[in-house]
Amino acid sequence: MIVLSPLGALGRATLDVLSAMGRVAIFAFATFSHMVRPPFYPREFALALLQIGWLSLPVVGLTALFTGGALALQIYAGGARFNAEAVVPQIVAIGMVRELGPVLVGLMIAARVTSSIAAEIATMKVTEQIDALVTLSTDPMKYLTAPRVLAALITVPILVGIGDVIGIFGGYAVATQNLGFNPATYLKNTVDFLEFRDIVSSLIKGCVFGGIAALMGCYYGMNSGRGAQGVGRATKGSVEAAAVMILAANFLLTGVFFSV
Amino acid sequence: MIRFEGVHKAFGDNRVLRGVDLEITKGTSMVIIGGSGTGKSVALKCVLGLITPDQGRILVDGKDSRAGDHDAFLARFGMLFQGGALFDSLPVWQNVAFRLLRGSLKRPQAEAREIAIEKLRRVGLKPDVADRFPAELSGGMQKRVGLARAIAAEPQIIFFDEPTTGLDPIMAGVINDLIREIVTEMGATAMTITHDMSSVRAIADTVAMLHDGVIQWTGPVGQMDVSGDPYLDQFIHGRAEGPIEAVR
Repeated sequence: MIVLSPLGALGRATLDVLSAMGRVAIFAFATFSHMVRPPFYPREFALALLQIGWLSLPVVGLTALFTGGALALQIYAGGARFNAEAVVPQIVAIGMVRELGPVLVGLMIAARVTSSIAAEIATMKVTEQIDALVTLSTDPMKYLTAPRVLAALITVPILVGIGDVIGIFGGYAVATQNLGFNPATYLKNTVDFLEFRDIVSSLIKGCVFGGIAALMGCYYGMNSGRGAQGVGRATKGSVEAAAVMILAANFLLTGVFFSV
Repeated sequence: MIRFEGVHKAFGDNRVLRGVDLEITKGTSMVIIGGSGTGKSVALKCVLGLITPDQGRILVDGKDSRAGDHDAFLARFGMLFQGGALFDSLPVWQNVAFRLLRGSLKRPQAEAREIAIEKLRRVGLKPDVADRFPAELSGGMQKRVGLARAIAAEPQIIFFDEPTTGLDPIMAGVINDLIREIVTEMGATAMTITHDMSSVRAIADTVAMLHDGVIQWTGPVGQMDVSGDPYLDQFIHGRAEGPIEAVR
């Protein structure tokens, strides 16, 4: 009995995780199917583009700028140990475009957008606004979920692209102002070293991470419990799930793009 | 006509509806009363398909509420929610005209706005309210906007979920009178759930009392006070003593 009890708990936990994955998969499939079937809600889509894309620019830009700068300092200090200070432009470019750009933008979107979507939809559920939508012959999946996920799929790769450029600029600024690099040489090394697939992988990662972030916000919002506690749990759960899934997806995508 | 036939609904071990049989005649106003947690809202949501009954069926004009085109089915209904359930992100007029701005009942925006303002006027609100957001309105005004939204598309059936909850007695009286007037002039079938007895007397043609998951009593509002049903008597007089267990 003592042996079986932990095994039973493990089994239950495994079943819970698998059933949750199944529910998320069904939710995702329903969302994608609503994206391609009318009616469409252009106003909701435009608002989502604004909220997820445009209004996330400051936080994404600042995150990328400081990360690029810090990366340049670290690589310079680390490279100095084996006389490899000159690789700063190349490593900053690769680090930002392949990994830090998409991951940090994804995580910032999870913090900013996933939480906001989950809290908004959960509050709508608690205050019966979702029920009201249904009674007004409007499918909440079509009206709330599909526009947000579609907007994230489109805007987050753009944000990642912008983040990559700003991050590289952060490294450039630190390297040329503080570390004595020649501006023209720094830029030439950056451009020469980056490959087309680095950029493509970065944008694809952005697309996937954006989809995960918006989907998790909508899923947890739609399945929120009652009251303020329900809204709080939905918000917290959505950010946790989005962050973990983004990091896991990053690992898988990196393997797909760059495994030798 | 709306007809409940042996409707059951449970949430886990909690058997909320245990075989509800009820008939609401076309063009009449039925008020369902009962204590908190007796399943009044569940019964109402079962009709709209927001909750699926475990057993039994609900017929609307002889057709099963779950059969056929659900959007077309819902287009016949208007509903006033307990808390208003107004969409925070939309101005008042777009809340009222929500159904008229999309879907099968879509109208040009200017026409939808005109109808919304007319409906707002009907519920006693001035046109300048139209461009405000729900959060800028008092509880009574939000109820009125909810009422205007419920009637905006001229529905054949209107549901009112606790229409006076959270309002002061005077505002509650105003909302009750408005509901009665609107239901009468539209000739709509109305189903109201409440535990406010002043609402019952103002709105109802017929009354049904839900207790222990079944309809305990039903009859015309005029017979409510002389029904002789101990459950109904205890409820309408608000007595702690009686067959309905009151937790102290």
